[in-house]
Amino acid sequence: MLHYLSENYVSVAAMILFGIGFCNLLLQRNMIKKIIGLNIMDTAVYLFLASMGYIRDRLVPIIVNGDTDASKYINPIPSGLVLTGIVVSVSVTALMLGITVKLYERYHTLDIDEITMLVRKEHE
Amino acid sequence: MDFFRNFPFFTIILAMVSGPVSSVLSAKKARILSFAVVFSCAVLSALTLVYTLGLDGPFVYTMGRFPAPYGNEIRAGVLEALMATFFCIIMLLSLTGGLKYLEKDVPAEKQNLYFIMINLLLASLLSLIYTNDLFTGYVFVEINTIAAAGLIMIRGWGRNILATAKYMIMSLLGSGLVLVAISILYGITGHLLMSNMHESVGQIVAQKTYVEPLIIAVGLFSVGLAIKSALFPFHAWLPDAYGYSTCASSAILSSLVSKGYIFLLIKFIYRVVGVEVFKMTGADDVLFLFGIAGMIIGSVDAIMQTDISRMIAFSSIAQIGYIYMGLGLGVEAGMVASTFHILAHAAAKSMLFVSSNGLAEVSGGSTNYRDLRGSGIRNPAAGIGFLAGSLSMVGIPLFAGFTSKVYFAQAALLGASFGKEIVTLIALAVSTVLNAVYFIRMSISVYTPRMNAHYEDRTFRAGKAYSLSIFLFILIVLILGILSNPIFDWISLGLKQFS
Repeated sequence: MLHYLSENYVSVAAMILFGIGFCNLLLQRNMIKKIIGLNIMDTAVYLFLASMGYIRDRLVPIIVNGDTDASKYINPIPSGLVLTGIVVSVSVTALMLGITVKLYERYHTLDIDEITMLVRKEHE
Repeated sequence: MDFFRNFPFFTIILAMVSGPVSSVLSAKKARILSFAVVFSCAVLSALTLVYTLGLDGPFVYTMGRFPAPYGNEIRAGVLEALMATFFCIIMLLSLTGGLKYLEKDVPAEKQNLYFIMINLLLASLLSLIYTNDLFTGYVFVEINTIAAAGLIMIRGWGRNILATAKYMIMSLLGSGLVLVAISILYGITGHLLMSNMHESVGQIVAQKTYVEPLIIAVGLFSVGLAIKSALFPFHAWLPDAYGYSTCASSAILSSLVSKGYIFLLIKFIYRVVGVEVFKMTGADDVLFLFGIAGMIIGSVDAIMQTDISRMIAFSSIAQIGYIYMGLGLGVEAGMVASTFHILAHAAAKSMLFVSSNGLAEVSGGSTNYRDLRGSGIRNPAAGIGFLAGSLSMVGIPLFAGFTSKVYFAQAALLGASFGKEIVTLIALAVSTVLNAVYFIRMSISVYTPRMNAHYEDRTFRAGKAYSLSIFLFILIVLILGILSNPIFDWISLGLKQFS
């Protein structure tokens, strides 16, 4: 059992990081900490993906000297997925930060529970 | 006729390009462009539907002409084309009905931004429907989320922004889970195209290797999409997001956005893991339980609301519960019933939102239960729309909601396990009564004249566009209710083409 964990230590680390990020995004009251949690969560998935595509002792998947033997290179698809994922995560992070700025301008706090209370008071 | 194969791609690219173009147009031109795009997407999707009905099976359109397993693919069958057509029509009608309120709620200089979001939303919905690649599915899930956030926020009230923040937080949790699930599935299958993944999953199950990661991935994917489509107990964000947005936003969000995710889940169940493997993982039982709980608790919450928009929003939670209950039955007929309910609910719920805005308009802008008294008399078009929507939600014969409830009951009797059969029938009965409590109460209130007559202003005239959209909504609900057989056959055929 334990040797599975030590063999796949990158995946284990990625999943622990994912858990940390997920809990932060869910449980933190501060919007900025939530956004940091979101980024930890997404980065953990990229670590997981990148480690999956990496094969020890193989080269970067760029053809040099006309060598097209696929067994010499690592799998390039996970890297492509990571790039796409980063683009997605950057855009949602930007949107979340924008919402946070809007909320801060209006309610002068970053605490989402406090904002909820203030909004409720505003409409009573 | 082979030219028709391009149409799914045309609809996606048309919607996607028109988004950025709208950003440099004036509000009026952006509106015209958006209507034209949604309308032409509806026409192209309808033509695709006609074309796929004439074919023996679904067709695959390779993007960039790279063959599988390397390239990205669009796959169109009867069900995909039917969904695309239906979504475009509902979007068009919601926009038509909500246009007047949009002009009131959104400042003129921001209106073109609204139509960017509409176009992006349409593009992402169509892509979710047609894509044959799971990772593309993930990217468009996120685009869908961002566009939906724009639709919620555009009104600019404090509580809209807060609702958007809550919506985004829950959605991002969901999409994080979806992304992990896709990564794990890619790790064990080595593919991202649904057809190739399906083959690998078959081998995995046959060889009994990597079964645990498969179960985890299926669970994470189902839960991720369940959070995003507001299945009970992940529904906390929904009432604020739907209840306080502008009319067209609420209608589109409740009828299309959550349904896009559910459709992706149905595709995942059929095209990636297969129904048998899905049942093996036990995910269907979990969805079934949450669905049943959502049906009851969503309705109970709705009864306690005094605000009409929030009441309709809570009723959405109950209806999403129905859909997941059907998916969780674990039989073919349950899936068909769920897919039919996606259509029935989308039509009725968007009509309810459009008509509730009309009712509020003649009640001094208030959405409170007391103030709405007699509003159905003051604004007859909205009143009739609300009544028809309520009747469909409760499940009165001739309306769409009745047909889908019959299909659900049939599916439960036709092969679900004995426990699920009993629970489904009881839950259907209880939730019908609960639905009736709040919808009939609200309908009676809407048609009860006020005592003090100075409120009764009968000079109000609903606009032509508004009345037309209500009329067409009622027509769709009645068609789904009365002429359900051909649609039912198309859904069954489409689901057969999935596997």
